[in-house]
Amino acid sequence: MTAVSMMVNGQHVSAEIDPRTLLVQFLREHLRLTGTHVGCDTSQCGCCVVHVNGDAIKSCTTLALTCDGAEVTTIEGLAKGDVLHPMQAAFRENHGLQCGFCTPGMIMTAVELVNRKGTNLDEHTIREELEGNLCRCTGYHNIVKAIGAGAQAMASAAE
Amino acid sequence: MYEFAYHRPGSVSEAAALAGDHADGKLLAGGQTLLPTMKQRLAGPSDLIDLSRIDDLRGIEVKDGVVTIKALTRHVTVATSAEVKAAIPALAELAGMIGDPAVRNKGTIGGSVANNDPAADYPSACLALGATITTNKRAIKADDFFKGLFETALEEGEIITSISFPAPEKANYQKFRNPASRYALVGVFVAKTGGHVRVAVTGAGSKGVFRAKEFEAALEANFAPAALDGKSVPASGLNSDIHADAEYRAHLITVMAKRAVAAVA
Ligand SMILES: Cc1cc2nc3c(=O)[nH]c(=O)nc-3n(C[C@H](O)[C@H](O)[C@H](O)COP(=O)(O)OP(=O)(O)OC[C@H]3O[C@@H](n4cnc5c(N)ncnc54)[C@H](O)[C@@H]3O)c2cc1C
Ligand code: FES
Ligand code: FES
Repeated sequence: MTAVSMMVNGQHVSAEIDPRTLLVQFLREHLRLTGTHVGCDTSQCGCCVVHVNGDAIKSCTTLALTCDGAEVTTIEGLAKGDVLHPMQAAFRENHGLQCGFCTPGMIMTAVELVNRKGTNLDEHTIREELEGNLCRCTGYHNIVKAIGAGAQAMASAAE
Repeated sequence: MYEFAYHRPGSVSEAAALAGDHADGKLLAGGQTLLPTMKQRLAGPSDLIDLSRIDDLRGIEVKDGVVTIKALTRHVTVATSAEVKAAIPALAELAGMIGDPAVRNKGTIGGSVANNDPAADYPSACLALGATITTNKRAIKADDFFKGLFETALEEGEIITSISFPAPEKANYQKFRNPASRYALVGVFVAKTGGHVRVAVTGAGSKGVFRAKEFEAALEANFAPAALDGKSVPASGLNSDIHADAEYRAHLITVMAKRAVAAVA
């Protein structure tokens, strides 16, 4: 067992873990933050995307120990109390989900995309950037719409 | 995953010492290839030597027309680097075509080159640009580095520290992706410097990345897509799999090479 500590959604956490523990296992099984999903477990689907030091990464393909000392944000860390993050609200308003399994990863990917590329995103850019996120339900159309709207809403929220 | 002991060295020399002490250990960079392989139990290193805290292994420098990228530099950093875009735009574009944004946020150039996946993108740039791979022990020319499928000139425990790319006059990379995996079904990197042209092909060769010498000669005589009319790489040395057979790959190589030349001619 090896000691690990990190900030998760603004809270300091530490634990003794098996070195094999993936970040997603640490989040779900040790911290009980089950909003981050495991879809494929083979680095393909993006259901497990979280932010580590601001970068969107696949938490099924990252060791928890590599994140020692890092700042991690999961889907649970986006809302402010009862107020949804603008990107979360946009997914709801635009019917950007059906079963919701892919949604945490989609939203974490989308928020980092806005942080990286700004709030004015055309449809082509959004589709290209979603390359690492699979959805089995929606056909993507409303996800793309939601991300465009969420990006605009993030701009207004920042003003 | 099989059990392993975890180490997080703070310097290259410390990492090299750990690698020397643990013959069945492996270096961990971005983990975007190694961790999936370990999860499938295709690899079972006794020790993992996590390079992620070695800040000396990060960074990009352009000097005297040579772009030097340190091993732990991530794909996203290369793709968005103003220096790389100015000196070798094709290299930045290539980095931006690897996998997806989350993979590019973790995966490193050193890991990609050390791994030498036959469908990886960077090996083609190394070969076409005549790069030099520098390790903690020596400097290796790209022509001597890539030895076959997942095989390189690296010795056990040898650590890539940086890769240097001489900036060419003109270069372009064209990738025909497997739409599901996003790896190259065929990728062709063309580079021209003075009268010299180098063409490297990834994704297709049954022994990994290779130079298309016949294309190079034709393009040295006439750097135009038409120079490749009627030319093709023999299908006999190419892969056939469920995604594409060897004949189709051979066809794609000519098409991608022509597109690369057309983009910069
Ligand atoms: C979904 C997905 C899609 C991908 N698509 C593409 C693609 O389109 N094109 C492409 O080229 N790649 C693709 N990749 C692979 C990706 O580029 C990896 O990042 C890369 O192959 C390995 O880099 P890494 O830093 O993650 O290395 P790791 O996985 O950490 O290591 C890979 C190997 O290199 C060794 N190693 C690492 N660093 C060094 C070093 N400095 N010196 C010596 N040995 C070292 C390790 O011991 C290991 O054997 C994809 C990966 C995924 C998960
Ligand atoms: S669960 Fe991580 S990418 Fe699918
Ligand atoms: S909403 Fe069901 S997988 Fe995307």
